[in-house]
Amino acid sequence: MTTMDTQRRVRLVVGMAVLTLLLLGAGLAAGSEGWSIAGLMQTLNGPDAALIVGEIRAPRTLGAWLTGALLGLAGATAQGLFRNPLADPYLLGSASGASLGVVLVLAGSTLAGHSISLATADALSRVGLVSAAFAGALLGVLVTLTLARGAQQTVRLLLAGVVVGVVLSALSDLVTTAAPDALRGKQAFMLGSTGFLGWGSCLALGLGLLLCAPLSWRWARALDALTLGEDSARSLGLDLARVRIALVGSLALATGLAVSQAGLVAFVGLVAPHLVRRFAPAPHGFTTLASAGAGGALLLAADVLARSLIAPQEVPVGVLTALLGGGYLLWLLHRRRVA
Amino acid sequence: MMSPRLQALEVRVQLGATLALDGVSFSPQPGWTAVVGPNGAGKSTLLRVLAGLQTPDAGAALLNARELRDWPARDRGAMIAWLAQQSEASGELSVREVVHLGRLPHLGLFTAPDAEDDAAVDEAMIATECSAWQQRRLHELSGGERQRVLLARALAVMAPLLLLDEPTTHLDPPHQVALVRLLQRQARAGRTVVSVLHDLSLALMADRVVVMDAGRIRAEGSRDDPALHAAFVDVFGGAIRIVRVGDRWVTVPQLEMN
Repeated sequence: MTTMDTQRRVRLVVGMAVLTLLLLGAGLAAGSEGWSIAGLMQTLNGPDAALIVGEIRAPRTLGAWLTGALLGLAGATAQGLFRNPLADPYLLGSASGASLGVVLVLAGSTLAGHSISLATADALSRVGLVSAAFAGALLGVLVTLTLARGAQQTVRLLLAGVVVGVVLSALSDLVTTAAPDALRGKQAFMLGSTGFLGWGSCLALGLGLLLCAPLSWRWARALDALTLGEDSARSLGLDLARVRIALVGSLALATGLAVSQAGLVAFVGLVAPHLVRRFAPAPHGFTTLASAGAGGALLLAADVLARSLIAPQEVPVGVLTALLGGGYLLWLLHRRRVA
Repeated sequence: MMSPRLQALEVRVQLGATLALDGVSFSPQPGWTAVVGPNGAGKSTLLRVLAGLQTPDAGAALLNARELRDWPARDRGAMIAWLAQQSEASGELSVREVVHLGRLPHLGLFTAPDAEDDAAVDEAMIATECSAWQQRRLHELSGGERQRVLLARALAVMAPLLLLDEPTTHLDPPHQVALVRLLQRQARAGRTVVSVLHDLSLALMADRVVVMDAGRIRAEGSRDDPALHAAFVDVFGGAIRIVRVGDRWVTVPQLEMN
């Protein structure tokens, strides 16, 4: 590693750490009245400090960071694994699987005469929805792997992911046609939300990150070798099938957890690795972990904005990430065209 | 350096509707062997079979009398270095980081490189004259510069067997000559070097030459062998002549074709 590279990487890490700390503070300060430090001090000194800050804002803020971190990590892994800068963590059928899981639970509860709304779901219903989304996400990836006959071939894996995505989305549309009440819940899920994140979510997301981050980091050298092409990587003694299974497993777990807790938050997994590579090009070991940091900061920023822009109303956080992420990619495209 | 024995025995490879190799037997000897032949002759497929990247449909590819597919992947990777015909290299790695990938078979995924690995990387970059731009990214380099980096990556493996598919691609004439000298040095150090070459005059500087056509080996011998020269001219449809210039054989286009 050269001195210039080291400096850029150190600058990025320090910059992200400072930004994340500021955003964490902003997340604690952002309430239904908008964003304010004075408001935070007043809330902290008020009688409901433990409830408002300790039980609502703190887990939501930390949960948003953890969700973004898992998506950033999964995005960097997906882009390295598929050798495609436009690869998305939802590529292997996890998004459509999770969505189908949620729709099935919502439709099932409506048919059973016990309608669940995402916004007002009680703790038990939320556990059911989260479990369904997680199981759906993992099932989507498993079906993709089965259709692709393992992880031997990248193109087959990608095609299988696309097919599974289309078929599962069609199934979920079919369910919402039969049970229209589930449509509203599905839409809320598709937009992504950090509003339901509690300490239980943080625990699940944190454990997921603790498991997935070291796993992805340890296999990152294989992603470096893959930049030379699959044959060259194999000639260097890599068992690509094993590499893919390990990384797809990490990808599926990270995405499944994130989706199950916060719905389909768009673009974070796609944009975070781009930002990291732009500021500090590096081997995948660094890029993967730094993308987790960048993803966390991005979703945290989007969450603070979502709460503050039209307070006391909230903008769905997925809409903001899509706008910000899409805008960034368009700008990148424009710059390349100019260059 | 004692070079391991690599063998292809009656290898047959079918690629779609094409019979890429049709019962090829070949065992490269220590030293430098150049493989030549017209497009589609099966040269690259033979190299892929010898590297363990293509499993034969029939016949066998052996390393020290053991089937290549039965070798642990890392052990095979440490003994056979392979350079692809067309670079697919992409990504954000610096030149030095790319060359360092050559140490992967020795390190595996989870061990940090040590001073020995750094020394191997330095040596490979000096040999291919790419030390000056080790901080640059691969996508910032010209085609010839990239090729030298990828060659350094293959050399950094420090493998006793070097299989190079078109290593002169994109190289300018001075660097083509430098590459020949490098391959000759590697061969003198006891390595077995097999390179597919389209520049026929460069191929005639190798210790031995293999002439392929239509998935078969048509001739194999020393560069001075008249029978080899005859096969050489024949597989290219008589479009070339081989002439002596000083102490070298060179090919020239046969403009007065019948």
